[in-house]
Amino acid sequence: MTHHDFTMPVTEEAARSLRVGDTVTLDGTLFGIRDRTQIEMFDRGRATRFDLAGHAVIHTAPNVRKVAPSERFPAGYEPVCIGTTTSARMERFTRPLMTQCGVRLVIGKGGLQEDSQAAFRELGGAYLAIVGGAAALETTWIEAIEDVDLDDVNPESLWKFRVRGFGPLLVGMDAHGGNLFRDVAGEAQSRRAAVLASLGVTAR
Amino acid sequence: MRVDLATVEEVAKDLYIRAVKILPDDVKQGFERLSRSETNPRARQMLGTMVANIAVAEAQRNLTCQDTGIPIYNVTIGRNVQVDGVDLEAAIARGCARATVEHPLRSSVVHPITRRNEHTSCGIRVPVVNVAFSEAPEELAIEMVPKGSGSENNTFLRMAVPADGLDAVKTFVIDSVLAAGGKTCPPTIVGVGIGGSADLCVHLAKLAATSRPLGSRCADEEGAKLEAELTRAVNQLGVGPQGLGGDSTAFAVHVEIAATHITMNPVAVNMQCHAARRATATLTPAGVRHEA
Repeated sequence: MTHHDFTMPVTEEAARSLRVGDTVTLDGTLFGIRDRTQIEMFDRGRATRFDLAGHAVIHTAPNVRKVAPSERFPAGYEPVCIGTTTSARMERFTRPLMTQCGVRLVIGKGGLQEDSQAAFRELGGAYLAIVGGAAALETTWIEAIEDVDLDDVNPESLWKFRVRGFGPLLVGMDAHGGNLFRDVAGEAQSRRAAVLASLGVTAR
Repeated sequence: MRVDLATVEEVAKDLYIRAVKILPDDVKQGFERLSRSETNPRARQMLGTMVANIAVAEAQRNLTCQDTGIPIYNVTIGRNVQVDGVDLEAAIARGCARATVEHPLRSSVVHPITRRNEHTSCGIRVPVVNVAFSEAPEELAIEMVPKGSGSENNTFLRMAVPADGLDAVKTFVIDSVLAAGGKTCPPTIVGVGIGGSADLCVHLAKLAATSRPLGSRCADEEGAKLEAELTRAVNQLGVGPQGLGGDSTAFAVHVEIAATHITMNPVAVNMQCHAARRATATLTPAGVRHEA
């Protein structure tokens, strides 16, 4: 298990170097996306002016305060609380994020499914797990909201964050078929019959 | 006691902000308990991150979790309390909207068809206001629960039949926890509703997950026995914090029950994530009493 410090964006080779169980800390740019952002981009064909190639996206929709644009708040938004949402809802968007936008890393909680796993393998990417619900801590890793696009669907806008020491994040799915979530779920499923038996129930 | 609506509005606002920032003491104690018993090193580390986050949130007066949830207000009206119900609901909604705009908090509430966000955390029939009654003289208690979507999206109802027996109930709880995996932000409080009608069954599961403090017991002896058994069982599955393995899948399973029809055997599961937020205040003739 290796620790990686990435300054974004990264190459395909760097994304492929990650193995499940490794940890990663990010510096530089991080893009925030959510359900609606991706529905707009991939179902309704809306383009973004941001270049996501080689970048990481995080499943989020932050709490922000609208302020006058300044050096500290270039997008006119002060971060209040920035956390992470459940990734599974956005499973079908991983592949278009990678093929159409060149995204390399997806950050979220709870894991993704089979098609994302295949996309990571074919295209060179990984899923980085954050501790969900730990948003106050996560907010301390965000330096600024640098820019925002598709802001008509706020708070589900496309956010451009500048981050420092964002992590450590755990590599939960890698480009080599490794998937900690699948492994844990499989192990839990294998215990089902014994757990039910302990409750006096015959498993069906 | 005649209820002052301006006070209700202020309390509804304060409770939302307090709930998203400060976890109840019983939940913090729950983390201490799990941290002591957890044997998986990665899970211990994650619990440590969650505990650190609670401290950062309190020190910086920030939200523990970004999800401001779907706002729920559980109102309990005691004896001899005079209030107009329509005005009461309106005052709560005003307080909820003010918390959202004035703090500000992310409005997580949209129209279900147009998906339009009014940026007030309010909309048709939201905030959810539940009304119950108690024997407490001259008291009106308001409990605020910002219910996160990660856990709420993993809500399950099965209209089992009597021939399926209690085995169906137990199996359903285990399978719901397995199906939820890491999506609910475990460790969770697993709320189980047993009996009633379909809607009452789900409502009881929600109350069991969100409204009962850790360490409390189901008032019914059979329900209490069952919840202890299920608490032990779900924590043998190995789902663990965030679904990444470990002993700490749930702080507890809470069971709430209601009488049901002779032909019915309903069971519902609703879960509360580890950001198990709630805040309560009670309006009395002597003023407002805030509960930790």
